[in-house]
Amino acid sequence: MDTQITLRVDGAAQPLTVDTRTTLLDALRERLRNTSPKKGCDHGQCGACTVLLDGRRVNSCLVLAVTVGDAEVTTSDGLAEGGRPHALHRSFVEHDAFQCGYCTPGQVCSAAGVLAEARAGWPSAVTADLAAGDVELSDAEIRERMSGNLCRCAAYANIVPAVAAVAESSGVRR
Amino acid sequence: MREFRYERAPDVAGAVALLAGAPEGAFLGGGTNLVDLMKLGVATPDVLVDVRELVSREITELPDGGLRIGAGVPNADLAADRRVRERFPVLAQALLAGASGQLRNRATTGGNLLQRTRCGYFTDVTKPCNKRSPGSGCGALEGVHRNHAILGQTIAGSAGPATCVATHPSDMAVAMVALDAVVRVLGPDGERSLPLAGLHRLPGDDPSRDTTLRHGELITAIDLPALGMPSRYRKVRDRASFAFALVSIAAALRVEDGVVRDVRLALGGVAHRPWRATAAEYVLRGLPATEASFAAAAESELEEATPLRDNGFKVPMARNLVVRTLLDLSEALR
Ligand SMILES: Cc1cc2nc3c(=O)[nH]c(=O)nc-3n(C[C@H](O)[C@H](O)[C@H](O)COP(=O)(O)OP(=O)(O)OC[C@H]3O[C@@H](n4cnc5c(N)ncnc54)[C@H](O)[C@@H]3O)c2cc1C
Ligand code: SF4
Ligand code: FES
Ligand code: FES
Repeated sequence: MDTQITLRVDGAAQPLTVDTRTTLLDALRERLRNTSPKKGCDHGQCGACTVLLDGRRVNSCLVLAVTVGDAEVTTSDGLAEGGRPHALHRSFVEHDAFQCGYCTPGQVCSAAGVLAEARAGWPSAVTADLAAGDVELSDAEIRERMSGNLCRCAAYANIVPAVAAVAESSGVRR
Repeated sequence: MREFRYERAPDVAGAVALLAGAPEGAFLGGGTNLVDLMKLGVATPDVLVDVRELVSREITELPDGGLRIGAGVPNADLAADRRVRERFPVLAQALLAGASGQLRNRATTGGNLLQRTRCGYFTDVTKPCNKRSPGSGCGALEGVHRNHAILGQTIAGSAGPATCVATHPSDMAVAMVALDAVVRVLGPDGERSLPLAGLHRLPGDDPSRDTTLRHGELITAIDLPALGMPSRYRKVRDRASFAFALVSIAAALRVEDGVVRDVRLALGGVAHRPWRATAAEYVLRGLPATEASFAAAAESELEEATPLRDNGFKVPMARNLVVRTLLDLSEALR
Protein backbone atom coordinates (compact mmCIF):
# COMPACT_ATOMS: atom_id res chain seq x y z
CA MET A 1 0.00 0.00 0.00
CA ASP A 2 1.59 3.29 -1.11
CA THR A 3 2.03 6.10 1.39
CA GLN A 4 3.53 9.58 1.16
CA ILE A 5 6.30 10.29 3.59
CA THR A 6 9.11 12.77 4.04
CA LEU A 7 12.37 11.49 5.40
CA ARG A 8 14.87 13.94 6.85
CA VAL A 9 18.21 12.36 6.02
CA ASP A 10 21.63 13.86 6.78
CA GLY A 11 20.12 17.31 6.93
CA ALA A 12 17.92 17.22 3.82
CA ALA A 13 14.15 16.66 3.63
CA GLN A 14 13.31 13.97 1.09
CA PRO A 15 9.69 13.51 0.02
CA LEU A 16 8.97 9.93 -1.06
CA THR A 17 6.13 7.60 -1.93
CA VAL A 18 6.79 4.22 -0.37
CA ASP A 19 4.99 0.95 0.01
CA THR A 20 4.22 0.52 3.73
CA ARG A 21 6.47 -2.57 3.71
CA THR A 22 9.59 -0.53 2.95
CA THR A 23 12.18 -0.47 5.71
CA LEU A 24 14.16 2.65 6.48
CA LEU A 25 17.25 0.79 5.23
CA ASP A 26 15.67 0.02 1.85
CA ALA A 27 14.29 3.55 1.54
CA LEU A 28 17.77 4.96 2.17
CA ARG A 29 19.63 2.61 -0.14
CA GLU A 30 17.20 1.83 -2.94
CA ARG A 31 15.21 5.04 -3.13
CA LEU A 32 17.52 7.77 -1.87
CA ARG A 33 20.71 6.15 -3.13
CA ASN A 34 22.38 6.63 0.24
CA THR A 35 24.55 3.53 0.31
CA SER A 36 26.25 4.40 3.60
CA PRO A 37 24.17 1.97 5.71
CA LYS A 38 24.70 -1.61 4.50
CA LYS A 39 22.35 -4.57 4.40
CA GLY A 40 24.03 -7.51 6.07
CA CYS A 41 21.51 -9.80 7.72
CA ASP A 42 18.32 -7.72 7.31
CA HIS A 43 17.18 -9.08 10.72
CA GLY A 44 18.77 -6.92 13.39
CA GLN A 45 21.64 -9.32 13.96
CA CYS A 46 24.72 -7.68 12.43
CA GLY A 47 24.51 -3.92 12.92
CA ALA A 48 25.68 -3.09 9.36
CA CYS A 49 22.52 -1.00 8.83
CA THR A 50 22.96 1.10 11.98
CA VAL A 51 21.91 4.75 11.63
CA LEU A 52 21.08 7.45 14.18
CA LEU A 53 17.42 8.37 14.64
CA ASP A 54 17.25 11.69 16.48
CA GLY A 55 20.77 10.89 17.66
CA ARG A 56 20.04 7.37 18.90
CA ARG A 57 21.50 4.34 17.16
CA VAL A 58 19.00 1.86 15.71
CA ASN A 59 19.01 -0.98 13.18
CA SER A 60 17.41 0.61 10.11
CA CYS A 61 16.54 -2.83 8.69
CA LEU A 62 13.88 -3.30 11.40
CA VAL A 63 12.45 0.22 11.22
CA LEU A 64 9.58 0.70 8.79
CA ALA A 65 10.07 3.93 6.82
CA VAL A 66 6.45 4.99 7.47
CA THR A 67 7.12 5.06 11.23
CA VAL A 68 10.03 7.50 11.06
CA GLY A 69 7.92 10.68 10.91
CA ASP A 70 9.98 13.84 11.29
CA ALA A 71 12.80 12.17 13.21
CA GLU A 72 16.25 13.15 11.97
CA VAL A 73 18.02 10.26 10.23
CA THR A 74 21.83 10.43 10.31
CA THR A 75 23.96 7.96 8.40
CA SER A 76 27.71 7.62 8.66
CA ASP A 77 27.86 9.86 5.59
CA GLY A 78 25.94 12.56 7.41
CA LEU A 79 28.25 12.51 10.40
CA ALA A 80 30.75 14.33 8.19
CA GLU A 81 30.11 18.04 8.36
CA GLY A 82 30.69 20.18 5.30
CA GLY A 83 32.81 17.46 3.72
CA ARG A 84 35.01 17.25 6.83
CA PRO A 85 35.25 13.73 8.23
CA HIS A 86 33.88 13.22 11.74
CA ALA A 87 36.35 12.59 14.59
CA LEU A 88 35.29 8.94 14.51
CA HIS A 89 35.97 8.68 10.76
CA ARG A 90 39.44 10.12 11.29
CA SER A 91 40.12 7.92 14.28
CA PHE A 92 39.04 4.80 12.38
CA VAL A 93 41.53 5.74 9.63
CA GLU A 94 44.32 6.56 12.07
CA HIS A 95 43.90 3.29 13.94
CA ASP A 96 43.45 1.17 10.83
CA ALA A 97 39.97 0.25 12.07
CA PHE A 98 38.37 0.73 8.62
CA GLN A 99 37.73 -2.75 7.43
CA CYS A 100 35.90 -4.29 4.50
CA GLY A 101 33.65 -1.29 4.12
CA TYR A 102 30.62 -3.43 4.62
CA CYS A 103 30.33 -3.22 8.36
CA THR A 104 32.29 0.00 8.91
CA PRO A 105 29.58 2.66 8.40
CA GLY A 106 27.43 0.76 10.92
CA GLN A 107 30.37 0.56 13.31
CA VAL A 108 30.91 4.32 13.02
CA CYS A 109 27.24 5.16 13.64
CA SER A 110 27.14 2.72 16.50
CA ALA A 111 30.26 4.28 18.01
CA ALA A 112 28.64 7.72 17.79
CA GLY A 113 25.67 6.27 19.70
CA VAL A 114 27.98 4.68 22.25
CA LEU A 115 29.69 8.01 22.98
CA ALA A 116 26.35 9.78 23.44
CA GLU A 117 25.00 7.00 25.68
CA ALA A 118 28.13 7.02 27.84
CA ARG A 119 28.03 10.81 28.06
CA ALA A 120 24.46 10.50 29.35
CA GLY A 121 25.70 8.10 32.04
CA TRP A 122 23.92 5.06 30.68
CA PRO A 123 25.22 1.76 32.09
CA SER A 124 26.00 -1.43 30.16
CA ALA A 125 26.08 -5.12 31.02
CA VAL A 126 29.70 -4.78 32.20
CA THR A 127 29.21 -1.66 34.33
CA ALA A 128 30.19 -2.80 37.84
CA ASP A 129 28.30 -0.19 39.83
CA LEU A 130 24.86 0.43 38.39
CA ALA A 131 24.10 3.11 40.94
CA ALA A 132 27.13 5.22 39.89
CA GLY A 133 26.28 8.17 37.70
CA ASP A 134 29.29 8.33 35.39
CA VAL A 135 30.58 5.84 32.91
CA GLU A 136 34.24 5.66 32.10
CA LEU A 137 34.49 4.03 28.67
CA SER A 138 37.02 1.33 29.50
CA ASP A 139 38.02 -1.07 26.74
CA ALA A 140 35.65 -3.65 28.23
CA GLU A 141 32.81 -1.11 28.12
CA ILE A 142 33.55 -0.25 24.49
CA ARG A 143 33.64 -3.92 23.54
CA GLU A 144 30.32 -4.69 25.23
CA ARG A 145 28.62 -1.60 23.84
CA MET A 146 29.82 -2.31 20.29
CA SER A 147 28.69 -5.95 20.47
CA GLY A 148 25.63 -5.33 18.28
CA ASN A 149 27.98 -4.83 15.33
CA LEU A 150 29.34 -8.10 14.02
CA CYS A 151 32.21 -8.38 11.58
CA ARG A 152 32.28 -11.72 9.83
CA CYS A 153 36.04 -11.73 9.40
CA ALA A 154 36.51 -11.08 13.12
CA ALA A 155 38.99 -8.26 12.52
CA TYR A 156 37.70 -6.02 15.25
CA ALA A 157 40.93 -5.46 17.16
CA ASN A 158 41.54 -1.88 16.03
CA ILE A 159 38.00 -0.67 16.54
CA VAL A 160 38.35 -0.49 20.31
CA PRO A 161 41.38 1.87 20.26
CA ALA A 162 39.74 3.94 17.51
CA VAL A 163 36.64 4.50 19.65
CA ALA A 164 38.72 4.90 22.81
CA ALA A 165 40.76 7.70 21.24
CA VAL A 166 37.62 9.70 20.43
CA ALA A 167 36.21 8.95 23.88
CA GLU A 168 39.39 10.44 25.34
CA SER A 169 39.49 13.49 23.13
CA SER A 170 35.83 14.22 23.85
CA GLY A 171 36.14 13.74 27.60
CA VAL A 172 34.09 10.53 27.97
CA ARG A 173 37.24 8.76 29.07
CA ARG A 174 40.27 10.12 30.82
CA MET B 1 5.77 -9.76 3.24
CA ARG B 2 2.01 -9.47 3.12
CA GLU B 3 0.71 -6.03 2.19
CA PHE B 4 -0.65 -4.06 5.10
CA ARG B 5 -2.31 -0.80 5.97
CA TYR B 6 -0.41 1.41 8.39
CA GLU B 7 -2.50 3.27 10.96
CA ARG B 8 -1.91 5.75 13.71
CA ALA B 9 -4.55 6.72 16.24
CA PRO B 10 -5.04 9.95 18.19
CA ASP B 11 -5.03 8.12 21.54
CA VAL B 12 -4.81 4.66 23.09
CA ALA B 13 -8.60 4.18 23.04
CA GLY B 14 -8.53 4.94 19.32
CA ALA B 15 -5.76 2.40 18.79
CA VAL B 16 -7.74 -0.28 20.60
CA ALA B 17 -10.85 0.55 18.54
CA LEU B 18 -8.84 0.34 15.31
CA LEU B 19 -7.58 -3.12 16.17
CA ALA B 20 -10.99 -4.31 17.36
CA GLY B 21 -12.13 -3.70 13.78
CA ALA B 22 -9.14 -5.62 12.32
CA PRO B 23 -9.17 -9.28 13.37
CA GLU B 24 -5.89 -9.92 11.54
CA GLY B 25 -4.25 -6.67 12.57
CA ALA B 26 -1.51 -6.11 15.14
CA PHE B 27 -0.11 -3.34 17.29
CA LEU B 28 3.35 -2.13 16.36
CA GLY B 29 5.81 -1.14 19.08
CA GLY B 30 9.46 -0.77 18.12
CA GLY B 31 8.98 -3.44 15.47
CA THR B 32 12.22 -5.20 16.35
CA ASN B 33 10.39 -8.51 16.67
CA LEU B 34 7.23 -8.00 14.62
CA VAL B 35 8.88 -6.54 11.51
CA ASP B 36 11.45 -9.34 11.67
CA LEU B 37 8.67 -11.97 11.77
CA MET B 38 6.76 -10.21 8.98
CA LYS B 39 9.83 -10.37 6.74
CA LEU B 40 10.01 -14.10 7.39
CA GLY B 41 6.32 -14.59 6.62
CA VAL B 42 5.73 -15.84 10.16
CA ALA B 43 3.54 -12.87 11.09
CA THR B 44 1.07 -11.68 8.43
CA PRO B 45 -0.97 -8.79 9.82
CA ASP B 46 -3.09 -6.86 7.30
CA VAL B 47 -3.19 -3.73 9.47
CA LEU B 48 -0.48 -2.30 11.72
CA VAL B 49 -1.59 0.11 14.41
CA ASP B 50 1.50 2.04 15.50
CA VAL B 51 1.43 2.53 19.26
CA ARG B 52 5.11 3.24 19.91
CA GLU B 53 4.62 6.96 20.42
CA LEU B 54 1.09 6.60 21.75
CA VAL B 55 1.50 4.53 24.87
CA SER B 56 3.16 6.31 27.77
CA ARG B 57 6.94 6.78 27.68
CA GLU B 58 7.02 7.87 31.32
CA ILE B 59 8.24 6.12 34.43
CA THR B 60 6.30 7.41 37.44
CA GLU B 61 6.32 6.80 41.19
CA LEU B 62 3.70 4.62 42.85
CA PRO B 63 2.59 5.53 46.40
CA ASP B 64 4.31 2.46 47.96
CA GLY B 65 7.76 3.26 46.52
CA GLY B 66 7.20 1.17 43.42
CA LEU B 67 7.26 2.35 39.82
CA ARG B 68 4.81 2.50 36.93
CA ILE B 69 6.50 1.95 33.59
CA GLY B 70 4.69 3.15 30.49
CA ALA B 71 4.51 0.46 27.80
CA GLY B 72 6.24 2.80 25.36
CA VAL B 73 9.38 3.28 27.47
CA PRO B 74 12.31 2.07 25.36
CA ASN B 75 14.32 -0.78 26.88
CA ALA B 76 17.45 1.41 26.88
CA ASP B 77 15.76 4.20 28.84
CA LEU B 78 14.30 1.77 31.36
CA ALA B 79 17.73 0.24 32.03
CA ALA B 80 19.27 3.71 32.39
CA ASP B 81 16.63 5.10 34.74
CA ARG B 82 18.20 6.01 38.10
CA ARG B 83 15.29 4.69 40.14
CA VAL B 84 15.36 1.36 38.33
CA ARG B 85 19.15 1.09 38.79
CA GLU B 86 18.90 1.85 42.49
CA ARG B 87 15.71 0.03 43.50
CA PHE B 88 15.46 -2.76 40.94
CA PRO B 89 19.00 -3.56 39.77
CA VAL B 90 17.79 -7.01 38.68
CA LEU B 91 15.63 -5.32 36.04
CA ALA B 92 18.35 -3.00 34.75
CA GLN B 93 20.75 -5.96 34.54
CA ALA B 94 18.21 -8.12 32.70
CA LEU B 95 17.59 -5.39 30.15
CA LEU B 96 21.30 -4.72 29.66
CA ALA B 97 21.92 -8.44 29.16
CA GLY B 98 19.37 -8.51 26.33
CA ALA B 99 19.86 -7.75 22.64
CA SER B 100 22.20 -4.88 21.56
CA GLY B 101 22.39 -1.14 22.16
CA GLN B 102 20.71 -0.47 18.81
CA LEU B 103 17.83 -2.85 19.55
CA ARG B 104 17.33 -1.63 23.11
CA ASN B 105 16.98 1.93 21.81
CA ARG B 106 14.08 0.91 19.61
CA ALA B 107 12.40 -1.91 21.60
CA THR B 108 9.56 -0.97 23.94
CA THR B 109 8.49 -2.36 27.29
CA GLY B 110 5.15 -3.63 25.93
CA GLY B 111 6.70 -5.17 22.84
CA ASN B 112 9.45 -6.84 24.83
CA LEU B 113 6.89 -8.73 26.93
CA LEU B 114 5.11 -9.94 23.81
CA GLN B 115 8.13 -10.91 21.71
CA ARG B 116 7.79 -14.42 20.33
CA THR B 117 9.96 -17.48 20.74
CA ARG B 118 13.27 -17.75 18.87
CA CYS B 119 12.66 -21.45 18.10
CA GLY B 120 14.18 -21.96 14.65
CA TYR B 121 11.26 -24.06 13.41
CA PHE B 122 8.82 -21.36 14.42
CA THR B 123 10.74 -18.80 12.35
CA ASP B 124 11.11 -21.06 9.29
CA VAL B 125 7.81 -21.27 7.43
CA THR B 126 8.91 -24.38 5.55
CA LYS B 127 9.08 -26.40 8.78
CA PRO B 128 6.35 -27.96 10.92
CA CYS B 129 5.49 -25.93 14.01
CA ASN B 130 2.37 -26.09 16.16
CA LYS B 131 2.87 -22.57 17.39
CA ARG B 132 2.98 -20.99 13.93
CA SER B 133 0.73 -23.44 12.15
CA PRO B 134 -1.45 -25.32 14.66
CA GLY B 135 -1.59 -29.07 14.07
CA SER B 136 1.46 -29.20 11.77
CA GLY B 137 3.60 -30.90 14.42
CA CYS B 138 6.76 -29.83 16.20
CA GLY B 139 10.06 -29.85 14.35
CA ALA B 140 12.08 -29.19 17.45
CA LEU B 141 11.12 -32.21 19.55
CA GLU B 142 13.32 -34.57 17.58
CA GLY B 143 15.29 -31.87 15.77
CA VAL B 144 17.58 -29.11 16.96
CA HIS B 145 16.47 -28.30 20.48
CA ARG B 146 19.61 -27.54 22.41
CA ASN B 147 18.11 -24.24 23.52
CA HIS B 148 14.59 -25.46 24.26
CA ALA B 149 12.53 -25.97 27.40
CA ILE B 150 13.16 -28.34 30.28
CA LEU B 151 10.13 -27.38 32.37
CA GLY B 152 6.42 -27.17 31.62
CA GLN B 153 6.58 -28.28 27.98
CA THR B 154 3.92 -30.30 26.21
CA ILE B 155 5.41 -33.47 24.77
CA ALA B 156 2.93 -35.57 22.79
CA GLY B 157 5.27 -36.79 20.05
CA SER B 158 6.68 -34.74 17.19
CA ALA B 159 3.42 -35.03 15.22
CA GLY B 160 1.18 -34.40 18.23
CA PRO B 161 -0.81 -31.18 17.75
CA ALA B 162 -0.14 -30.01 21.31
CA THR B 163 3.62 -30.56 21.38
CA CYS B 164 5.70 -27.46 21.98
CA VAL B 165 9.06 -27.29 23.71
CA ALA B 166 9.86 -23.65 22.95
CA THR B 167 11.16 -21.11 25.45
CA HIS B 168 10.11 -17.54 26.04
CA PRO B 169 13.06 -15.37 25.03
CA SER B 170 12.62 -12.19 27.07
CA ASP B 171 15.18 -11.38 29.77
CA MET B 172 13.20 -8.38 30.98
CA ALA B 173 10.11 -10.49 31.61
CA VAL B 174 12.06 -12.90 33.84
CA ALA B 175 13.14 -10.02 36.07
CA MET B 176 9.65 -8.54 36.11
CA VAL B 177 8.05 -11.87 37.03
CA ALA B 178 10.42 -12.13 40.00
CA LEU B 179 9.41 -8.58 40.94
CA ASP B 180 5.68 -9.46 41.11
CA ALA B 181 4.97 -6.99 38.31
CA VAL B 182 1.40 -6.19 37.35
CA VAL B 183 0.40 -5.61 33.73
CA ARG B 184 -2.12 -2.87 32.95
CA VAL B 185 -4.17 -3.50 29.85
CA LEU B 186 -6.73 -1.56 27.83
CA GLY B 187 -9.06 -3.64 25.70
CA PRO B 188 -12.29 -3.27 23.75
CA ASP B 189 -14.14 -3.94 27.05
CA GLY B 190 -12.16 -1.44 29.10
CA GLU B 191 -9.22 -1.61 31.48
CA ARG B 192 -7.96 -4.52 33.51
CA SER B 193 -4.85 -5.50 35.44
CA LEU B 194 -3.26 -8.89 35.77
CA PRO B 195 -0.18 -10.25 37.47
CA LEU B 196 2.64 -10.60 34.95
CA ALA B 197 3.00 -14.21 36.14
CA GLY B 198 -0.46 -14.78 34.62
CA LEU B 199 0.32 -13.16 31.26
CA HIS B 200 2.36 -15.88 29.58
CA ARG B 201 1.00 -19.39 29.12
CA LEU B 202 2.46 -22.86 29.11
CA PRO B 203 1.72 -24.56 25.76
CA GLY B 204 -0.95 -26.83 27.27
CA ASP B 205 -3.23 -27.99 24.47
CA ASP B 206 -2.75 -24.84 22.37
CA PRO B 207 0.89 -23.83 21.76
CA SER B 208 -0.19 -21.14 19.31
CA ARG B 209 -1.29 -18.90 22.18
CA ASP B 210 1.66 -17.34 24.01
CA THR B 211 -0.39 -15.21 26.38
CA THR B 212 -3.75 -14.78 28.05
CA LEU B 213 -4.39 -11.47 26.26
CA ARG B 214 -7.39 -11.24 23.97
CA HIS B 215 -7.15 -9.79 20.48
CA GLY B 216 -6.97 -6.03 20.61
CA GLU B 217 -5.84 -5.77 24.21
CA LEU B 218 -3.15 -3.11 24.52
CA ILE B 219 -0.53 -3.17 27.28
CA THR B 220 -0.46 0.38 28.62
CA ALA B 221 1.89 0.06 31.61
CA ILE B 222 3.67 -2.27 34.02
CA ASP B 223 3.54 -1.67 37.77
CA LEU B 224 6.48 -2.75 39.92
CA PRO B 225 5.71 -2.93 43.64
CA ALA B 226 8.49 -1.79 46.00
CA LEU B 227 11.09 -4.52 46.51
CA GLY B 228 13.31 -3.45 49.39
CA MET B 229 15.89 -6.19 49.10
CA PRO B 230 19.03 -6.71 47.05
CA SER B 231 18.49 -8.30 43.67
CA ARG B 232 20.44 -9.44 40.67
CA TYR B 233 20.16 -10.98 37.19
CA ARG B 234 22.57 -13.46 35.66
CA LYS B 235 22.52 -14.93 32.20
CA VAL B 236 24.45 -17.84 30.72
CA ARG B 237 24.81 -17.85 26.95
CA ASP B 238 26.98 -19.18 24.16
CA ARG B 239 28.95 -15.96 23.69
CA ALA B 240 29.79 -13.13 26.07
CA SER B 241 27.26 -10.69 24.67
CA PHE B 242 24.39 -10.24 22.18
CA ALA B 243 22.90 -13.75 22.44
CA PHE B 244 19.76 -15.20 23.97
CA ALA B 245 19.96 -17.03 27.29
CA LEU B 246 20.65 -20.71 27.63
CA VAL B 247 19.56 -20.25 31.23
CA SER B 248 19.09 -17.04 33.16
CA ILE B 249 18.02 -16.14 36.66
CA ALA B 250 16.42 -13.19 38.43
CA ALA B 251 16.84 -13.34 42.19
CA ALA B 252 16.21 -11.20 45.25
CA LEU B 253 17.05 -12.21 48.80
CA ARG B 254 16.47 -10.96 52.32
CA VAL B 255 18.49 -12.62 55.09
CA GLU B 256 18.06 -11.81 58.80
CA ASP B 257 20.24 -13.42 61.48
CA GLY B 258 21.57 -15.85 58.92
CA VAL B 259 18.08 -17.04 57.98
CA VAL B 260 16.30 -16.51 54.65
CA ARG B 261 13.32 -14.25 55.40
CA ASP B 262 12.27 -13.51 51.86
CA VAL B 263 13.32 -14.68 48.44
CA ARG B 264 12.21 -14.20 44.84
CA LEU B 265 13.44 -16.45 42.08
CA ALA B 266 12.60 -16.69 38.40
CA LEU B 267 14.38 -18.60 35.63
CA GLY B 268 14.66 -17.74 31.94
CA GLY B 269 15.49 -19.96 28.97
CA VAL B 270 13.94 -23.02 30.60
CA ALA B 271 10.22 -22.85 29.81
CA HIS B 272 7.49 -21.53 27.54
CA ARG B 273 7.09 -18.65 29.96
CA PRO B 274 9.32 -16.86 32.46
CA TRP B 275 9.54 -19.51 35.18
CA ARG B 276 8.77 -18.32 38.70
CA ALA B 277 10.55 -20.84 40.93
CA THR B 278 7.84 -21.07 43.58
CA ALA B 279 8.91 -24.51 44.84
CA ALA B 280 12.44 -23.27 45.51
CA GLU B 281 11.14 -20.12 47.18
CA TYR B 282 8.86 -22.18 49.42
CA VAL B 283 11.69 -24.48 50.48
CA LEU B 284 14.06 -21.60 51.19
CA ARG B 285 11.96 -19.38 53.44
CA GLY B 286 13.11 -19.93 57.02
CA LEU B 287 16.20 -21.98 56.13
CA PRO B 288 19.71 -20.84 57.03
CA ALA B 289 21.27 -18.90 54.15
CA THR B 290 23.86 -21.53 53.26
CA GLU B 291 25.02 -23.25 50.10
CA ALA B 292 23.29 -26.47 51.24
CA SER B 293 19.94 -24.69 51.57
CA PHE B 294 20.32 -23.03 48.18
CA ALA B 295 21.16 -26.38 46.59
CA ALA B 296 18.17 -28.06 48.24
CA ALA B 297 15.91 -25.29 46.94
CA ALA B 298 17.28 -25.62 43.42
CA GLU B 299 16.84 -29.39 43.50
CA SER B 300 13.23 -29.11 44.57
CA GLU B 301 12.49 -26.79 41.66
CA LEU B 302 14.28 -28.90 39.08
CA GLU B 303 12.87 -32.24 40.24
CA GLU B 304 10.12 -31.81 37.65
CA ALA B 305 12.53 -31.09 34.80
CA THR B 306 12.14 -33.31 31.73
CA PRO B 307 15.03 -32.40 29.46
CA LEU B 308 15.09 -33.38 25.81
CA ARG B 309 17.78 -35.39 24.01
CA ASP B 310 20.21 -32.46 23.70
CA ASN B 311 19.42 -30.00 26.47
CA GLY B 312 20.02 -32.01 29.63
CA PHE B 313 22.92 -29.66 30.38
CA LYS B 314 20.38 -26.99 31.31
CA VAL B 315 19.41 -28.84 34.48
CA PRO B 316 22.80 -28.59 36.24
CA MET B 317 23.31 -25.19 34.65
CA ALA B 318 20.08 -23.90 36.23
CA ARG B 319 20.95 -25.55 39.52
CA ASN B 320 24.41 -23.98 39.65
CA LEU B 321 23.04 -20.62 38.64
CA VAL B 322 20.51 -20.64 41.48
CA VAL B 323 23.14 -21.62 44.04
CA ARG B 324 25.82 -19.23 42.79
CA THR B 325 23.48 -16.25 42.51
CA LEU B 326 21.96 -16.75 45.96
CA LEU B 327 25.44 -17.16 47.44
CA ASP B 328 26.52 -13.91 45.79
CA LEU B 329 23.45 -12.13 47.12
CA SER B 330 23.91 -13.47 50.65
CA GLU B 331 27.60 -12.52 50.62
CA ALA B 332 26.68 -9.04 49.47
CA LEU B 333 24.39 -8.85 52.50
CA ARG B 334 27.16 -9.59 54.93
C1 LIG C 1 19.11 -9.96 16.96
C2 LIG C 1 18.22 -9.84 18.16
C3 LIG C 1 18.68 -10.24 19.41
C4 LIG C 1 17.87 -10.12 20.52
N1 LIG C 1 18.33 -10.53 21.74
C5 LIG C 1 17.52 -10.48 22.83
C6 LIG C 1 17.93 -10.96 24.09
O1 LIG C 1 19.06 -11.41 24.27
N2 LIG C 1 17.05 -10.89 25.12
C7 LIG C 1 15.80 -10.39 24.97
O2 LIG C 1 15.05 -10.36 25.94
N3 LIG C 1 15.37 -9.95 23.78
C8 LIG C 1 16.19 -9.98 22.72
N4 LIG C 1 15.74 -9.54 21.51
C9 LIG C 1 14.33 -9.23 21.35
C10 LIG C 1 13.97 -7.79 21.59
O3 LIG C 1 14.13 -7.54 22.97
C11 LIG C 1 12.51 -7.64 21.18
O4 LIG C 1 12.46 -7.72 19.78
C12 LIG C 1 11.90 -6.34 21.62
O5 LIG C 1 11.94 -6.19 23.01
C13 LIG C 1 10.47 -6.23 21.16
O6 LIG C 1 10.00 -4.93 21.44
P1 LIG C 1 9.34 -4.04 20.27
O7 LIG C 1 8.81 -2.81 20.90
O8 LIG C 1 10.29 -3.85 19.16
O9 LIG C 1 8.15 -5.00 19.86
P2 LIG C 1 7.41 -5.20 18.47
O10 LIG C 1 8.25 -5.98 17.54
O11 LIG C 1 6.88 -3.89 17.99
O12 LIG C 1 6.17 -6.07 18.96
C14 LIG C 1 6.30 -7.36 19.50
C15 LIG C 1 4.89 -7.90 19.76
O13 LIG C 1 4.24 -7.13 20.76
C16 LIG C 1 3.03 -6.56 20.27
N5 LIG C 1 2.95 -5.25 20.94
C17 LIG C 1 3.88 -4.26 20.91
N6 LIG C 1 3.55 -3.29 21.79
C18 LIG C 1 2.38 -3.67 22.39
C19 LIG C 1 1.54 -3.11 23.40
N7 LIG C 1 1.82 -1.96 24.00
N8 LIG C 1 0.41 -3.79 23.77
C20 LIG C 1 0.11 -4.97 23.18
N9 LIG C 1 0.86 -5.53 22.22
C21 LIG C 1 1.99 -4.91 21.84
C22 LIG C 1 3.16 -6.54 18.78
O14 LIG C 1 1.91 -6.62 18.15
C23 LIG C 1 3.99 -7.80 18.54
O15 LIG C 1 3.15 -8.91 18.54
C24 LIG C 1 16.55 -9.61 20.38
C25 LIG C 1 16.09 -9.20 19.14
C26 LIG C 1 16.90 -9.31 18.03
C27 LIG C 1 16.39 -8.87 16.70
S1 SF4 D 1 9.03 -26.06 19.96
FE1 SF4 D 1 7.09 -24.95 19.72
S2 SF4 D 1 7.71 -23.22 18.48
FE2 SF4 D 1 9.34 -24.76 18.20
S3 SF4 D 1 8.72 -26.07 16.45
FE3 SF4 D 1 7.90 -27.03 18.27
S4 SF4 D 1 5.82 -26.18 18.34
FE4 SF4 D 1 6.97 -24.80 17.05
S1 FES E 1 21.20 -5.48 8.23
FE1 FES E 1 20.26 -4.57 9.93
S2 FES E 1 21.25 -5.54 11.56
FE2 FES E 1 22.00 -6.67 9.89
S1 FES F 1 35.62 -6.12 8.11
FE1 FES F 1 33.53 -5.91 7.66
S2 FES F 1 32.80 -7.89 7.91
FE2 FES F 1 34.81 -8.05 8.63
